[in-house]
Amino acid sequence: MSKSTKILYCRCAYSKVVPTDVKKEVLQKLSDSNVSFDAVADLCEMSARKNIPGEMVKDGQPLKIAACYPRAVKWLFEAADCPLPEKDVEVLNMRTESAEDIVGKLLNIESSSEGAQA
Amino acid sequence: MNQESLLRVLLYEGHDSNPLDPELRYEFLGAALDKGYSATRVTTLGEVNDMDEGTLVVLGDFAEKQPNASDYSNETVKVHFHDVGQKTTTEILSDVEQYAGQQDAQERKPWKPWFPVIDYDRCTNCMQCLSFCLFDVYGVDEDKQIQVQNQSNCKTDCPACSRVCPEVAILFPKYRGGPINGDVVSSDDVRQEKMKVDISSLLGGDIYAALRDRSAKAKSRFSKERSEDRALKERQKCLVKLQQNLDIPPEVIASLPSMDQIQAKAEAAQAKANAALDSNS
Repeated sequence: MSKSTKILYCRCAYSKVVPTDVKKEVLQKLSDSNVSFDAVADLCEMSARKNIPGEMVKDGQPLKIAACYPRAVKWLFEAADCPLPEKDVEVLNMRTESAEDIVGKLLNIESSSEGAQA
Repeated sequence: MNQESLLRVLLYEGHDSNPLDPELRYEFLGAALDKGYSATRVTTLGEVNDMDEGTLVVLGDFAEKQPNASDYSNETVKVHFHDVGQKTTTEILSDVEQYAGQQDAQERKPWKPWFPVIDYDRCTNCMQCLSFCLFDVYGVDEDKQIQVQNQSNCKTDCPACSRVCPEVAILFPKYRGGPINGDVVSSDDVRQEKMKVDISSLLGGDIYAALRDRSAKAKSRFSKERSEDRALKERQKCLVKLQQNLDIPPEVIASLPSMDQIQAKAEAAQAKANAALDSNS
């Protein structure tokens, strides 16, 4: 994967809407890989508390987010006064996609895979 | 940025450290996240976010020499290095919690994982949500733009405002179904929402007003018949219908204020909405 691409994983810790097996498997595979990544307990909480670090969305730095629906993630960041850049952000939906697909996209294991743009 | 939850745990597996046991790494990451901490894993590959304020607890198996925290701390970021050695996940987590406890500002206020988020790509600033919500969740900013102002007032599991939004512009990310959960909005979704609004208009433009009227009529009818049981049944029927149409949890219905209070709140919200709409026109 590109050295400049950052990975952010959301645990969705306060809800059961993200299938537990998917979020656990994504974390397991990220943890077993050799890449650096950031993980947060719950993006909704960070949005509610308005404490999403600005560093997370530095313009021009590609970012891949494993969380939920791209539309929800986009407006959660916006609500925290920390809008996502329009380009180079890929949101992968752990509510609908398999762990294998998500990890493949996060780590560019399958180069043909494309995630939804926020 | 708020000062809350600014403790970040960093698993360091870069230069001058030994890789952690894979099982410990995974178990600890999951446990730290479930406790509400942000966590970062750093290897020699890839990039992570910098930190501009808060407490950073760097955990690692520092092979030769543990780095000096003061070399990395500054006015806004306090860094602690902690050698995990042969410790278990529970022991490491306990150590981290001690650092969390050291932070005065770390006392975490409770929050509810249930609040609306506005999709401003879809919102037309019609103020329907402001008029509808009885719990003062919505307000307008200085530019008279609708916004979520009192998240914590929102009633858990109640998505009713998003159900009355004609543009499907209100999300509840933790809702079970789409498009309220943020799923893509289809033309069918918009049509259904518009249909609801039309029905609402037919009922008199205000669901609460319709509910009030219906309840009042039932009260009048049943007062003549002197049947409290039937009156109660009719009211329950109204509430069940409203509850089903808008997916309002029974406990929210049960917590609604009195009819007089509803009327006063609805009128105040409507006045606020009208004022915003007037100034926007």
